[in-house]
Amino acid sequence: MSSALQEFPVLSERPRPSSVTELFIAFSWLALQGFGGVLAIVQRELVENKQWLSTEEFIEDWAVAQIMPGPNVVNIALMIGDRFFGWRGALAALTGMMALPLVVVLALAVALTGVSHEPAVQGALKGMGAVSAGLIAGTGLKLISALKSNTMGRWACFVLALLTLVAIAWLRIPLAWVLMGLGIPAFLWAYRTLSKKDSLERGVL
Amino acid sequence: MHAFSWSDWLTLFLHFVSLSLLSIGGAITTVPDMHRFLVSEKSWLSDSQFTGSIALAQAAPGPNVLFVAVLGWNIGMNAGGGLAGGASAWGMAFAGVFATMLGILLPSTTLTFFAARWGHQNKERRNVRAFKMAMAPIVVALLMATGWVLTAGHGPFQENLWLWVLTLVSTLVVWQTRIHLLWLLAAGALGGVMGWF
Repeated sequence: MSSALQEFPVLSERPRPSSVTELFIAFSWLALQGFGGVLAIVQRELVENKQWLSTEEFIEDWAVAQIMPGPNVVNIALMIGDRFFGWRGALAALTGMMALPLVVVLALAVALTGVSHEPAVQGALKGMGAVSAGLIAGTGLKLISALKSNTMGRWACFVLALLTLVAIAWLRIPLAWVLMGLGIPAFLWAYRTLSKKDSLERGVL
Repeated sequence: MHAFSWSDWLTLFLHFVSLSLLSIGGAITTVPDMHRFLVSEKSWLSDSQFTGSIALAQAAPGPNVLFVAVLGWNIGMNAGGGLAGGASAWGMAFAGVFATMLGILLPSTTLTFFAARWGHQNKERRNVRAFKMAMAPIVVALLMATGWVLTAGHGPFQENLWLWVLTLVSTLVVWQTRIHLLWLLAAGALGGVMGWF
């Protein structure tokens, strides 16, 4: 997807952060909105609102962030920051993601010493947890549309997604096993379809 | 609680360093090992402090990995004698945050930074393209699975009907509308304070 687009100058006119400071502020703002997880907010803010990334780029980055060790949203912050401003951008996005939420969570840790068992506090935590579960599931549903351009074809995507869902949500198989067990056959299949497509295109030219 | 020596700080830091590269899928996957080390083996934290730290970070804004900072904070606080310990306890608590967060983040972020750079510079390669194509449907399904696992954590459907409904409504709202996500969270928190769940 990105490989095809990047040959056109249009891409360079796409919105992008104007400075390291803007990057830092954007990541601080989205991190502060992320109760119970930041991923849904990253997608909403950076893909839909600011349009710094396309949906396809977001899924690609998310796949890498997921497969590497470390917190996924921290990984994706590093990658996006690096893309725009090199290591300075990576550092700005990373500190934006961490600094203010760290202050908030430590302040909460001090303030809530003693009252965390109050029913009102417990209730609020439960309610926010239920919403954040919905945020993640809804983001997943929204990203399905980006699979249409996948060279593996709709059926292969559907089967892979279904198997992943069953393995994680129902059978509760550890993530590392799922990624290897489904990722390797999927990689081989994708490699095959890409080889065919590339040789077809070469034949046409 | 015995005083924290330099070798204790180093042990704490190195333990989180060792967990960093194992934390595929997020630091939360290494929680069982953190519990074994911090609570069972070293007694640096009590059981309720451990679970309380994780619950607090889940509810607060920001990346979930901040639960590690809260663990570090409480380890330092304990070593400094609690809030009653004054300035030295606060200093110890900040040192705990520094040791644990630096340990859990430094190895994984360094590796991700260079691996992602390599992938970006080689994005025309067929194997890099195939990797991205192959991972896309898996990653999308993982999000839905995570949503499901969190929802199932509400407990049985019949007894927690309103929590399930709330999750379903917020799924639909996120999927189909552009309503600001903070409104949803505020509504969930308010409902909880009113005692609806």
